[in-house]
Amino acid sequence: MLKLKSKEKLFKMLFCLCAFVSAAAVALICIFMFANGFPAMAENGFFKFLFGEEWRPTAGQFGILPMITGSICVTAGAIIFGVPLGLMCAIFLAGFCPKKLYKVLKPAIDLLAGIPSVVYGYFGLMAIVPIMQDIFGGNGKGILTASILLGFMILPTIISVSEASLRAVPNAYYEGSLALGATHEQSMFKTVFPAAGSGIFAGVILGIGRAIGETMAVAMVAGNSAIFPDSLTSNVRTLTTNIILEMGYATGLHRQMLIATGVVLFIFILIINLCFSMLKRKGGKAQ
Amino acid sequence: MTANASVNTAKKDLHLGSKLLKIAVWVSGAIVASLFVILVAFILIKGIPNLSLDLFAWKHTTKNMSMMPAIFNTVEMVLLTLLIAVPIGVLAAVYMVEYAKKGSKIVAVVRLTTETLQGIPSIIFGLFGMLIFVYSFEWGKTMMAGVMTLVLMILPVIIRTTEEALLAVPDSYREGSFSLGAGKVRTVFRIVMPAAVPGILSGIILATGRIFGETAALVFTSGTSIGRTFTGDPTGPGCTLAVYLYILWNEGLYTEQAYAVSVVLLVLTIGINALSSYLAKKVGKKNG
Repeated sequence: MLKLKSKEKLFKMLFCLCAFVSAAAVALICIFMFANGFPAMAENGFFKFLFGEEWRPTAGQFGILPMITGSICVTAGAIIFGVPLGLMCAIFLAGFCPKKLYKVLKPAIDLLAGIPSVVYGYFGLMAIVPIMQDIFGGNGKGILTASILLGFMILPTIISVSEASLRAVPNAYYEGSLALGATHEQSMFKTVFPAAGSGIFAGVILGIGRAIGETMAVAMVAGNSAIFPDSLTSNVRTLTTNIILEMGYATGLHRQMLIATGVVLFIFILIINLCFSMLKRKGGKAQ
Repeated sequence: MTANASVNTAKKDLHLGSKLLKIAVWVSGAIVASLFVILVAFILIKGIPNLSLDLFAWKHTTKNMSMMPAIFNTVEMVLLTLLIAVPIGVLAAVYMVEYAKKGSKIVAVVRLTTETLQGIPSIIFGLFGMLIFVYSFEWGKTMMAGVMTLVLMILPVIIRTTEEALLAVPDSYREGSFSLGAGKVRTVFRIVMPAAVPGILSGIILATGRIFGETAALVFTSGTSIGRTFTGDPTGPGCTLAVYLYILWNEGLYTEQAYAVSVVLLVLTIGINALSSYLAKKVGKKNG
């Protein structure tokens, strides 16, 4: 009996240990990123790093303001292209789509979520870039191209999270609205959609996190010049692509500054994650 | 009379609005569907003509640019990563569902960190993996460094899907087992886990999809060198198929081969998704 009890305890401890692996991983990631990034930032000067307008590793100038601007621009573009379309499509799936069509469309959207980002990048390079070249001239790469591709890439995230929250709204909301004389469309848009608000917003934030963290696809279609973008078609470099493009050959301070770029991105992501968790909790409570 | 008329027109307007909304919703559904068709068709049409036997030659040379070593590296990467991540993830989920008390602080911490882990972009995982495994542990750019990085990346997927699968097992199973005198560990391993296997499997397959599609986390950890042949040595460098596609882009010389690699990646994604949804359906039927 005693033996059995100790065995039970042993396993409980093992399970608990496994559960803490993810907590330990997050702690380690924070420690390693910050410990490697902050000293370099301090050496270069925080202000000069965050608000410096020149990125010239060979001249020892490490300002990432163009990259921060770039990241914000392409993410904003992705929101403009991806969010309205994604939300409308989620409403379509939850309230309008015939069952037979749903059985085809839903797996297709799941598949979009699973396609590797390099493949998206190639698609952008071979399909979107030539079209942009025809319309705007130049090399066809830049903010607009990256925004369109990213908007496309975040669609599945936004659609599936929003659809799930729309479906989680109690049917009574919808029926009550119909009983008051509203049409099906009005009920979906004015009753069910607002009721699912925080869940949908959480989905949008998740999509934003994806867009700001995307690396490969953006590297292929953004043009990657480390300059301030001055128009929608101007080449742009984001925080993520700055790392992937130069880490391969960087040494010394240059490498540390790239890690520091990662730290800035990481802080952006942590803020986004925090918003997401808070909204999700709020959504969970409301229902 | 006038009031009546205005009510009538208002009602008509509402109906018109409803119609417009309906059209807008259908149009957006159609746009998403056609985007999907364009993407898949584009990759297939451009890629299939470029598939050649040379690309599947056992030995990679700069002449044939064979993707065979990359394919085998991918298989090795997937297997090793799953071998480490699945036990940890499944046991963690067992703790969360079967052992932890509701509202306990441990569950809150684990849940928050798992969510955080899930939201971290792969490039950050890549940097972290490089800093800890490649430099601090001095493993260099090796398959193993890539594997350990990916383990952390897919852990949240496995924990979440396993949790859902365990929660879907009816309590009567557990009660029956306890009433027959089985201990908790026995109940978990013999009764609850077998019932949850299809759900756990669908999570594992989902994770497989993430592993083989990953690039940004692997470029700095397992490296971008494609060997002549597949060695299978986890302490050596090796690039997976997705990383190989990235290399082809980076070199900028091998557009045709890149199209072909895209097709292979797409077909693998389709296969994995089909398998995962088949298993998920099986779970649904069992409980429904």
